[in-house]
Amino acid sequence: MDWTYIFFTVLKAVIMVTIFMSIAGYTVVAERKVASWIQERPGPNRTTLPIILAIPVIGRIVTRLGLIQLPADGGKFLFKEDPFPGHVNKVYFILAPIVALIPALTTMTVLPFGEITRDGVTVPLVLANLDVGMLFILAFSSLGVYGIILAGWASNSKYPFLGGIRASAQVISYELAMGMSLLPVFMWAGGTLNLFDLVEAQSGLLFGCLPKWMIFFQPVSALLFLTALFAETNRLPFDMPESETDLVAGFNTEYGAFKFGLFFVGEYAHVTMGSALFVVLFLGGWSLWPLNIFGLVDYPAGILGAVLSALVFMLKTFCLIFFFLWIRWTLPRFRYDQIMNLGWKRLLPIAIANFVVYAIAMAVYIRFFNQA
Amino acid sequence: MSDAKDNLISIFIDDVEVKVPAGINLVDAAEMAGKEIPHFCYHKHLPVSGNCRMCLVEVGTPGRDRATGEPILDENGVQKIMWMPKPIIACATNASPGMHVRTQSNIIKHCREGIMEFLLLNHPLDCPICDQAGECRLQEFATDYGRGYSRCAEDKNVKPKRTKLGPRVILDDERCILCSRCVRFCSDVMNDGVLGFTERGSYSTLTCFPGRELDNNYSLNTVDLCPVGALTSTDFRFKMRSWFLKETKSICTESSVGVNTVVNSREGVIYRIKPRENVEVNDSWMSDSGRLLYKQVAMESRMSDYTIEGKPVTPDEALQEAARLLSSGKSAFIGSANSSVEEQWMLAQIIKKTGDSVPCWLVAHVGEGDGFLISEDRTPNFRGALLTGLTDKMPEDKLSALGAAIDAGEIDTLFSYNECPIAAGLSVEQIKKVKFIYMGTHHCDASQYAAVELPGLTVFEKKGTFINQQFRLQRFEQAVPSEGTLNDIKSLSAVLAAVSSAKSVPECVDSIWQAMSQSIAPFKDISFNSISDNGVLVDGSAFEHLPFVEGKSLHYEPKA
Amino acid sequence: MATKVVDRRPLSWAEKTYIPQILSGLRITFRKMFNPVVTLEYPEQRPTIPDNYRGVPTLVKDPHGREKCVSCQLCEFVCPPKAIRITPGSIDEASGNEHIEKAPKDFEINMLRCIYCGLCQEVCPEEAIVLQDIFSANGYTRQEMVYNKKKLYELGGTLPDKHFKWDKKKKASEQAPSH
Repeated sequence: MDWTYIFFTVLKAVIMVTIFMSIAGYTVVAERKVASWIQERPGPNRTTLPIILAIPVIGRIVTRLGLIQLPADGGKFLFKEDPFPGHVNKVYFILAPIVALIPALTTMTVLPFGEITRDGVTVPLVLANLDVGMLFILAFSSLGVYGIILAGWASNSKYPFLGGIRASAQVISYELAMGMSLLPVFMWAGGTLNLFDLVEAQSGLLFGCLPKWMIFFQPVSALLFLTALFAETNRLPFDMPESETDLVAGFNTEYGAFKFGLFFVGEYAHVTMGSALFVVLFLGGWSLWPLNIFGLVDYPAGILGAVLSALVFMLKTFCLIFFFLWIRWTLPRFRYDQIMNLGWKRLLPIAIANFVVYAIAMAVYIRFFNQA
Repeated sequence: MSDAKDNLISIFIDDVEVKVPAGINLVDAAEMAGKEIPHFCYHKHLPVSGNCRMCLVEVGTPGRDRATGEPILDENGVQKIMWMPKPIIACATNASPGMHVRTQSNIIKHCREGIMEFLLLNHPLDCPICDQAGECRLQEFATDYGRGYSRCAEDKNVKPKRTKLGPRVILDDERCILCSRCVRFCSDVMNDGVLGFTERGSYSTLTCFPGRELDNNYSLNTVDLCPVGALTSTDFRFKMRSWFLKETKSICTESSVGVNTVVNSREGVIYRIKPRENVEVNDSWMSDSGRLLYKQVAMESRMSDYTIEGKPVTPDEALQEAARLLSSGKSAFIGSANSSVEEQWMLAQIIKKTGDSVPCWLVAHVGEGDGFLISEDRTPNFRGALLTGLTDKMPEDKLSALGAAIDAGEIDTLFSYNECPIAAGLSVEQIKKVKFIYMGTHHCDASQYAAVELPGLTVFEKKGTFINQQFRLQRFEQAVPSEGTLNDIKSLSAVLAAVSSAKSVPECVDSIWQAMSQSIAPFKDISFNSISDNGVLVDGSAFEHLPFVEGKSLHYEPKA
Repeated sequence: MATKVVDRRPLSWAEKTYIPQILSGLRITFRKMFNPVVTLEYPEQRPTIPDNYRGVPTLVKDPHGREKCVSCQLCEFVCPPKAIRITPGSIDEASGNEHIEKAPKDFEINMLRCIYCGLCQEVCPEEAIVLQDIFSANGYTRQEMVYNKKKLYELGGTLPDKHFKWDKKKKASEQAPSH
């Protein structure tokens, strides 16, 4: 291992984090815009700088789209007074928002987001191509809830505490269903836990027209995973920890300024990460349907193919992020007992049944037809 | 009281039997029965003129046969009531035994509506700018007894709006309803016939006689008397609306007459002083000069800082320093007949504690009396100083004996309470020779030489009692709050506690009265709250030998 | 209380999964995204204010530019939150309006206290205080939010009323100078 390798790895990591955080940040803006469009209002459309307005047409479009809102919000969080309630446990109080953000950034390392073909060999665009990628992600993404629990506990007041309790119960409930729903997916993909292999397995066509995406083979798993994903990322209709109708602001009631900003970005980082994961697992990653119907099976070799594949991947991810926002402004929040009911009495049995049915079906198929 | 009880007669007002003194007029009789007969021109303390016609009532007397004098009985055997064919005015009708009065019949209601319509015919709709609004009889009766709407299509009369009748009274002729209360007050109460009506009918105008103006010292009583807003006070004009004013019962400090007053204030600011009825002291009147005394509250010369040698200190420090100086054993006191009974008693206690031979001087404030409501003694409470034991002789014009004592070095500390020693005849050198403690409401010529300055409160900022020339104990209440200044009694009690090292000293009016009612014979069985609004006569026979300066005034005859 | 049991239609199997309902909900919200916005771009676009709107209380002048308030202090009396504070004064003898005699020396409305109830307008005998169409009262300090007489007249302006009560009165006194 030489220094250039370390240097380039670090450089790649920095670039990844920058892009990933920008996407997470703009997801916040997107959330506000989507919310406003669904509610028939313009949304953020004022924040701008004179220098941007000076650009003829584009400046105005950028302003109306609220694209300057992100730096403005960030700046606001940075320069606001940082309130420190007298009754909090300081160390954990500061630690909590960091803990909430880090897992999202960590899971990003094993997530393939494109491929590059060099010298006839196709390798994924990923920071670390782990063989146990999915296990790594499951392990780390669950850590995100510790930030919320920690925040609720360190705040030392009732609403954050209730929020934290809810978050822990909710994560435990849905983690099970999530894991169970994923088992058939990897069985179907041939037993690999490597995400790149999974994407590779999904390329190609079924009956010549449909993509070989996992969502078509495992629709129940996809639905269960998506539902659990909503619950894991604390998105509406599962945002019990921050249910502002009954808990003021839940776990981040006592937080303000940049610490609140970290929580905020952390939530959207999780959303972005979750979307990307769903794309990898069920939507074939960067596989380019429907263009591959017409024979455009592979990306061109070199940088061009890498960029194209990454772009396709991002496009799919954005669509799923949009779906997250769309759901938020469509469905009302569940009651707490309904969430518990759904998690334990519906999703978990269905996930187990799904797993058993697929396991038997695949065993029968392999035994009697495939002989593999 | 017994003879008045013997003269009670029975009359029937709206069929309710009422016992009233014989000869009382029906307006007062109805008031005793708790019924209101509306009236504008009648006033209890003025002669009856009967020109407003508002008090019309139906009156009937028990019938007697003209020829035989036998009572006429109806079919039930009850004496028949002979109702007069037309309503008559209640204010000029005296009650007679068995008289029946109807105050609410349909005829009377129609009469009142008619009278109100006539009175309002030319009355301008000035209420928004009229100072009387809110305490205006015409306003009240228009809502209570008026028709409620106007049938008048013609223009109203136009009359002068701002006639200066005198230096303190302005007349708005349009509002005048010609009740002549003011005219009667001037001619019959003041015996100074300045005002009169000229012209006739709707042209009638209130004016001063040629070459005269309404300038005597009781002219503002006409403003109080005026049932409408025709006469207004120059001082109070447009200052505040009557409905905002808080009314506090007080006593005028102008002279030893002890005129009963009502202080009108809003949010700590006094706007005017009005007389309060007390038939034993001032009837319903007070002097114009007494009405201006509220201005002393906000005067520039008010003392506000507690100082030691001219440096501001906390009240506590100043009081401790005063007590320390007074403990020298060679101190002298100048008491005041301007202080309340309670303060005089507290001062007397302090004097007792500082040594048996410590003298207390009082300064005389003698002016010319007017024989009505301003007496020769221009202090409100000299009798209080006698009763509380602050002194037992007449106050002195000049404190030359005190000056001599200072010059002889017999005195090293001088405590002056509400009196200026320089005005009382001491020289600046004499004051500089002693440690001078000044406690008072306003700065005086001598206060600049004071070792300790203790600010005090005016009569409007504290409560207490005065004893007037008739030895009548009268109570006054706190009208406005004082800011930053301790109550005089609190200050004195702090000094008393320090000089006597007693555990508990009286600190408020009530506890002082508890102590006084035990130790002072004329105050036996009196507590502060038991003093009625009309005051209580106390026994001053022990001081009859003193040559009081007061001459004759309203309700007061000097002894021999 | 009598309980009335409402029969509910049993849910179908598909409805029990929620999925069709979620999808129809998604369809509705998606359609909404393409509807035109219904909001006003506030500082540039202003809502139309109805005539009887109760905005910031203001003092108005009559069409001849005379201040109508005569400081009768009825509004001060009636004001439920005690927001109004009037210092009454008299009118200068040479001003031409001396027949009105009274005008406010100062007139303060504490907009931090005002509850926009409109009782002051209702009680005013001179129609001098009017709640007009100003709805955004703002300032940087508390002192700034106490509107004084000058500010209240600036906000109020002139209202076109045709009573001219005091002008008629002046005319009458000039025509019939004395009896």
